[in-house]
Amino acid sequence: MDSTWAALYIFLLAAFTGYEVISRVPVILHTPLMSGSNFIHGIVVVGAMVVLGHAETPLEQAIGFFGVILGAANAAGGYAVTERMLEMFERKPKGGQ
Amino acid sequence: MENFVELIYFLTAFLFILGLKRMSSPNTARSGVVWAGVAMVAATLATFLLPNMHNQLLMLVAIVIGTAVAWIAAKRVQMTDMPQMVAIYNGMGGGAAGAIAAVELLRGEFGEAQGLKLLAILGALIGSVSFTGSLIAFAKLQGLMSSRPVQFPAQKLVNAGVGVGALLLAVWVLFSQPGPSILFFFLLALGFGVLMTLPIGGGDMPVVISLFNAFTGLAVGFEGFAIGNAALIVAGTVVGAAGTLLTLLMAKAMNRSLWSVLVGGFGVEQEAG
Repeated sequence: MDSTWAALYIFLLAAFTGYEVISRVPVILHTPLMSGSNFIHGIVVVGAMVVLGHAETPLEQAIGFFGVILGAANAAGGYAVTERMLEMFERKPKGGQ
Repeated sequence: MENFVELIYFLTAFLFILGLKRMSSPNTARSGVVWAGVAMVAATLATFLLPNMHNQLLMLVAIVIGTAVAWIAAKRVQMTDMPQMVAIYNGMGGGAAGAIAAVELLRGEFGEAQGLKLLAILGALIGSVSFTGSLIAFAKLQGLMSSRPVQFPAQKLVNAGVGVGALLLAVWVLFSQPGPSILFFFLLALGFGVLMTLPIGGGDMPVVISLFNAFTGLAVGFEGFAIGNAALIVAGTVVGAAGTLLTLLMAKAMNRSLWSVLVGGFGVEQEAG
């Protein structure tokens, strides 16, 4: 089994994982969860860094630089927004358990 | 050192999934995002340690700029403006995925590996659509443009034409050497993102943003394949699947079908009376 096939198996399992993790989520958490998963794909910043790290021509460097800015904004902004949304849940008193 | 970085990526993938799981229950949600946040910082720092990397200073500057601007903006906006903030940060993630693909395609990196090239192109297509589509969603919710559906004559035809054109150019890029085809491909893909979002009204935007969120996740996963990074594959794919399900759940909670949200805008002429 070469690494492409291994990667495809990872893809398959990850897709099921994502599906299972989200099922049975209460409606009130839809938006925070959308925001949270938005933060998680901010990992794209790592990919942009790898590409910039191997860039040679000025054009490649420019696109890579732009990519890292966008990826970092996705991660940082996604985190800040999610945390602000979830703060509201923590402050809410747990009524009548 | 490379093994150390891979170990960090492995733990990152683990913490992301665990964090997402915790975020799907009200009592643990807050800790979920913190865990995922720790993983994100660790993965970013570890990437500096990868061997044979250059341009570290550029990376650092780009990270500082992107983080500072996004962080300050996210902390300052009103709570009611949060949906459009999700939209714009999601769009940026899609743009970053597109940028990764652009560099890889320009370099002609793939050689004989047509499968990887195909994934890179698909990721570029989906990421670019998510990029411009999310920007339009942001503009509509932020009041930079009217939140009403934007319509013009023969809209369906134009949209379909641009969409098919982008797909044809994707095929051209796949089977040709690096050249101008890449530029035209990206222009049409970016254009399609704008066109597909214009006819959708403000009320349906949360569902559309969630869909673009799933798009960006998938694009990140595909680019993970293209550059051989398992952390991107896992995180991107998990978000792609979770985001798709979440989109369907949101549409259901609003009593709308995803189809009527996406295509419904086109039919508003008949409904409005």
